[in-house]
Amino acid sequence: MQSFAYGNPATIQEALALLAAKWGEADVLAGGTDLISLMKEHLHTPKRVVNIKNIKELEGIQKTDAGIRIGALVTLDELAKNADVKAAAKSLSDAAAAIPSAQIRHMATVGGNLCQRPRCWYYRQGFGLLAMKDGKSMVPDGANQYHAIFGGGPAYFVSPSSLGAALVALGAKIKLVSAKGPREVPAASFFVAPQDETSREIALHPDEILTEIVIPAGAVRSATYEVRQREVLDWPLVTASVVLHMRGNVVASAKVVMGYVAPQPWDSAEAAKAIAGKAITAETAEAAGKAAVASAQPLSQNAYKVTLARVAVKRALLEAAKQKV
Amino acid sequence: MANTPDYSWPPMDARKIMGKPYKRLDGPQKAAGRAKYTSDLKMKDMLFAAYLTCPHAHARITSIDTGAAEKMNGVQAVLVIAEAGKELQWHGQEVAAVAATTEEVAREAILKIKVAYEVLPHFVNEADLAKAASRGKAAGEKVTGDPEKAIQDAEAVSDGVYGIPVITHCCLEPHGCVIQWQGDQVMAWPSTQFVTGWAGTLAPNLKVPAANIKVKMDYIGGGFGSKFSPGAWAEVGARLSQKAGGKPVKIFLDRASEQQIPGNRPSAFGKIKIAGKKDGTITAWQSDTWASGGFAGGGQPPLPYVYTNIPNTRLNHVSVSVNAGPSQAWRAPNNQQASYLTCSAIEDFAAKVGVDPMVVFDKNAGYTPRAEQYQYQLKKAAELSEWSKLWKPRGSQTGAVRRGLGIGVNAWGGAGHACEARTTINPDGSVLLEMGTQDLGTGTRTIMTQVAAETLGLQMGQIKLAIGDNSLPPGGASGGSTTVGGASSATRKSGINALAKLFEAAAPALSAQPEDLEAVDGTVRVKSDTKKSMSWVAACKKIGPGGKISETGANEQRNPMGLNSGGAAGVQVADVSVDTETGLVKINRYVAVQDCGLIINPRLAESQIYGAIIMGISTALFEERIMDNLTGRMMNSDMEFYKLAGIKDIGDIVVHLDIREVNDKRGVIGLGEPPAIGICAAVGNAVANAIGVRVPNMPMSPMHVLNTLEGRNA
Repeated sequence: MQSFAYGNPATIQEALALLAAKWGEADVLAGGTDLISLMKEHLHTPKRVVNIKNIKELEGIQKTDAGIRIGALVTLDELAKNADVKAAAKSLSDAAAAIPSAQIRHMATVGGNLCQRPRCWYYRQGFGLLAMKDGKSMVPDGANQYHAIFGGGPAYFVSPSSLGAALVALGAKIKLVSAKGPREVPAASFFVAPQDETSREIALHPDEILTEIVIPAGAVRSATYEVRQREVLDWPLVTASVVLHMRGNVVASAKVVMGYVAPQPWDSAEAAKAIAGKAITAETAEAAGKAAVASAQPLSQNAYKVTLARVAVKRALLEAAKQKV
Repeated sequence: MANTPDYSWPPMDARKIMGKPYKRLDGPQKAAGRAKYTSDLKMKDMLFAAYLTCPHAHARITSIDTGAAEKMNGVQAVLVIAEAGKELQWHGQEVAAVAATTEEVAREAILKIKVAYEVLPHFVNEADLAKAASRGKAAGEKVTGDPEKAIQDAEAVSDGVYGIPVITHCCLEPHGCVIQWQGDQVMAWPSTQFVTGWAGTLAPNLKVPAANIKVKMDYIGGGFGSKFSPGAWAEVGARLSQKAGGKPVKIFLDRASEQQIPGNRPSAFGKIKIAGKKDGTITAWQSDTWASGGFAGGGQPPLPYVYTNIPNTRLNHVSVSVNAGPSQAWRAPNNQQASYLTCSAIEDFAAKVGVDPMVVFDKNAGYTPRAEQYQYQLKKAAELSEWSKLWKPRGSQTGAVRRGLGIGVNAWGGAGHACEARTTINPDGSVLLEMGTQDLGTGTRTIMTQVAAETLGLQMGQIKLAIGDNSLPPGGASGGSTTVGGASSATRKSGINALAKLFEAAAPALSAQPEDLEAVDGTVRVKSDTKKSMSWVAACKKIGPGGKISETGANEQRNPMGLNSGGAAGVQVADVSVDTETGLVKINRYVAVQDCGLIINPRLAESQIYGAIIMGISTALFEERIMDNLTGRMMNSDMEFYKLAGIKDIGDIVVHLDIREVNDKRGVIGLGEPPAIGICAAVGNAVANAIGVRVPNMPMSPMHVLNTLEGRNA
């Protein structure tokens, strides 16, 4: 790990003053579950680390008329156990509760979960976010069993956020602040597929801090289904988060978003369309699952993930349909 | 010279300490963190070493410049391991090492070493033999009987393709040591499975007399076959220490290097044909196998496994060289691969003829070296796994989640190695047992204390034990499941020898002949008149002030005197559920029936088997070294994507130790390896039984299961 200056601000304004206009100068430290390993591997070599854990305004979960506000410093454990979140956004609550391990859930924060860097092994071994070699990504012909099945490149890593798909499906807003003032980004636009090696995979700017997330108010059924190989510390192979607006027994409208299948949570309008206007049954859920992966483009080793995505969508829909709202 | 003393074990029902389930004596220290492993050691002026490793899978060093690293503040020694001109054969191979005052400085310094490489072509995946071309080296064909005719005449022939990947060692404590080289003296604290032999292996490399190398190890955080030799790091550490003026150097591999450098379990792939009768009788075996254990190739599983006497066989094998780290013994080397290939092929043959595999394994037991034993165990395993109730013919199930049962068998030696112990009895009655052996976490400390206490008629707390030091009587290498037999026999013999001396000292006071005395329940007494007795302490006083009794005993491999022997069999059954939509495999129950000899401590013996099964389930469900053809790298040299099972992944384990007088009479037999052998076999067979089709490649991951179910296997 390279030596660095350490900032310990008590307010957002103090923290912002310690950030820089360019990536690589300063890194924000919250739970540290990703940043520390990035620094040990010299993937991040910040000149300054800005610890934001003492900033009280970034803590807490509140229910308001507008919805539920979740502070960036809320830990995954707090998120998973919060009754308001459980009631209004079960898909998010379940996604947080599923993250192994207990130690990680107690250290890692919601803001950090959204801002963590991809787990792509080419990236983590220093080949860059896009793993380019001679003008071409190595991923499609390389070791790609855990990589993307949607998007078609040039980025093939998958978004590592376990909360991302749920937040996109719920229509959450993400609040960011810089010295110039606050701004709000829909979760769906927060995650981006970088087109070149110098871009980031999130919409956050280097001089900004993620301050909170807002889940809009409204009665919805939601569910997250996760396929994870190990019970213990492991990344999901695929997740699916669904949100259903019901009209009687029939789906008025739906959101179907898959995780770990693309550089960003993958919002499938096709799956939402397939289930709209229908009651959820084993058959309609299966059809929606098929629609969700109709445009998948698996790589040389990850066709199995297409099946997993299809099944995850089906099972998430069936689970959401069981809920009472 | 008197007759050879009677060293034999006390009869089963007469034992007071042996055979009892004592908890590990060092358990509390380990649980509380007070037990210090070598990687925990901190010493005054200790330096930390770090390695620079090769970033390419195959390359020649054209230049290396350590200038900037040497000038860094805190750097005390830099050692070039691979000079310019040297060809490196895998990603992660050692190039240079640095010792510095802190780990941080050492890691920063290696980044300042400038190395230029000429990158050379690499080959890293042996799964497809057709692509290996000139990198394969064929072993000569072996034929018994007339396999052609037997196959031609057979009522049924099954064909299968099977693969078990390279997996890496994952000891909790990585490989390394703390070592200090001053003048012609070397002091070392290694993490090793062979304390006694460590110095002798290192000495010629350092050109220091082995007598000048002192070795000490209290605790080891796992070895599993990978920590016999000092390893290259011991020499590197010693040279860094010498260059740094004799300061102690702590050199341990980091996790990535840990999975690349110190050795792995070789892969094995095979196309296997079994021919036989419709009733399940096997008449012929034909296998074409290949494997890789790294750049040196290697790894030939003994086939057919356990069913060694199948009459008509044809065997071909190719050893493939890949640009990857070397192989190293891994808890029953080659046996797991052999069990997987053999048991998978037998299960597939059973499915082909439509006969219950339990019947097929049993019917062909005549081909094993111990038919009755395997038949007994198959029956027991069937009973404990509720085979007759739960097993359904292959492919007969429907629904998303399907349950399956499968069989794996094992065989192992496990006779005691050559080993010596010394028992010292002091005039105050205190007892010291000394031996240069090591406790791998298996419970050696506990069971040797039990043997000594039993032999001397004392309680556990009255024995002081010293191990893990090369100045003690020589121990053997703890490998091949040989420690318990060797060390217990040596302990027994030294105890009996020491008692003989004590009896000589105490006999006059009891007006008896020394050979008429016995030591029981803290007394020394006359066998024929047990009222004539004196306390242990009173007897020891007769040694006389200033004197002590110190007697050695050694296990002789050629004449173990019935104290230990080899040859253990085992049958295991995996009961799994497979989600055919996600390919996820869950273990419901895992049954292990294990043949054993005399069991000194049933708790620790069972614990060995639990450990073996946990390790085996991890390999069956999760573990594989993933090599990238493009970069030539191992992509998962970490604990993130090199997946190890956690406790929730294991399911229920049912252990049946076959403790019976008939087995007890065989003496002590090692148990470390045999129960670890057949787990990929049993789990793979259970998955095939559940889903109706063979998943050829381990581990049973969603990728492999779904690729099979959806017809994507090449």
